[in-house]
Amino acid sequence: MILAKIFTVSQVTYYLKNLLEKDQRLQNIWITGEISNFTRHSSGHMYFTLKDQSSRLRAVMFKGENQWLKFQPHDGLEVLVCGRIAVYQKNGEYQLYVDLMEAAGLGSLYLAYEQLKNRLAQEGLFDQAKKKPLPQLAQKIGVITSPTGAAVRDIIKILHRRHPRVDILLIPAQVQGEVAPQSLVEAIQLAGRLRELDLLIIGRGGGSAEELWAFNDEGVARAIASCPIPVISGVGHETDFTIADLVADLRAPTPSGAAELAVPEIKELRKKIMMSAKNLKFSFFRACERKRAQLLRLTTHPALKRPERWLLSRRQQVDEVKEELLRYIQTTLEKKRKLLLVELGKLDALSPLSTLARGYSICYKEEDGALVRDASEVNPGEKVKIILSRGQLLCMVEEAKKEVMG
Amino acid sequence: MTENLMEKTFEEALVRLEEIIRKLENGELSLEESLKLFEEGIALARHCNLKLDEAQGKVEMLLGIEDGVIRTEEFQPEEE
Repeated sequence: MILAKIFTVSQVTYYLKNLLEKDQRLQNIWITGEISNFTRHSSGHMYFTLKDQSSRLRAVMFKGENQWLKFQPHDGLEVLVCGRIAVYQKNGEYQLYVDLMEAAGLGSLYLAYEQLKNRLAQEGLFDQAKKKPLPQLAQKIGVITSPTGAAVRDIIKILHRRHPRVDILLIPAQVQGEVAPQSLVEAIQLAGRLRELDLLIIGRGGGSAEELWAFNDEGVARAIASCPIPVISGVGHETDFTIADLVADLRAPTPSGAAELAVPEIKELRKKIMMSAKNLKFSFFRACERKRAQLLRLTTHPALKRPERWLLSRRQQVDEVKEELLRYIQTTLEKKRKLLLVELGKLDALSPLSTLARGYSICYKEEDGALVRDASEVNPGEKVKIILSRGQLLCMVEEAKKEVMG
Repeated sequence: MTENLMEKTFEEALVRLEEIIRKLENGELSLEESLKLFEEGIALARHCNLKLDEAQGKVEMLLGIEDGVIRTEEFQPEEE
């Protein structure tokens, strides 16, 4: 019996590791599969499993590699990865170390575009409410594009054809390639600091998706969103929709289109001013007409138009009132007179005259006219006046007796 | 009023002109106020037309900002 050599676990694992890592085919391999069990460790490394219908492969993508990803991997995503297969000695497991990852089918650029678009939309960067209104007539327009090429020439030509007066400031920027996003961001921020600009055009001519890609950059989108000047975007052709287009205050289909939208035609403006002047005259005349009508209402008032007629009617009113007053006085007087007669009848019954008629008389002192009721009030020799029913007697008192009779 | 007018941008002048028309239409002004506004409106329309007649606009390229001073040069796009 041949005694077999005995290995430790580590030795076997090391052996396998060497075996796998010597195989050049496994050291630079493209694999497609669906991501599952995706986790991103706090260190920044990504751990996941690639699977298809019948098998699974553990995979890791370290931070150093995954930082360049333009999209966020997630479970269920079909990807195409490039990497190497090696053994993780500690667990004795082989796994895939991913260097590159592309979203299969959609293409990772498109996926990144969709993801950024959704994220910025959720942040509200595309909200209509955030769109700044464009000036009716910009005095000075900033143009951010490449100083070479057809786009800048077209923009300038169209701006000045429509409105010869407008000043144009070209703010040169790289519009494609690696440095384009940063170059665009700097140009936008610079433009935002220039007080004299009241409108910004940002764009470039047509090209491949990759050539237009800088306009899908997050930094560019945020720079446009926070630019204090209204921005018109004109990127590529009619069918190209970039993130910059969505963030801009107005999207033009092309750079030339942006220039068309930037300023109104001078002819249109002249027409507009003429209309306004016409409206001004019209409304002023109308205001005058209203005043004239007001005046007419006043001057045609009867009091001013036929004063004598107005007076006559007023006089008639006075007469009517006067008559009414007279009638009132007469009836009142009549009532009072009747009342007086009744009172007089009552008075007659109490009158001393009727008492005198019955044979009584009234005696006054001649000296002071005081009524004499008691004999003691007079002295002999005093003069008294006695009133009778008819006439009076002037008498000299001979004697004043206290007794009533005798 | 005239001084203010000269400082007005085309847009401000147009906005003010439209405001004047609205006020006149509203009809709550005295005749004197209406007349004053009308005169201002006519001046604004003239100002707007003058703005449109101003000289040809410049085309410049920004070279940079140094110490807050903007450096530009005249820009002539390449011919086709």
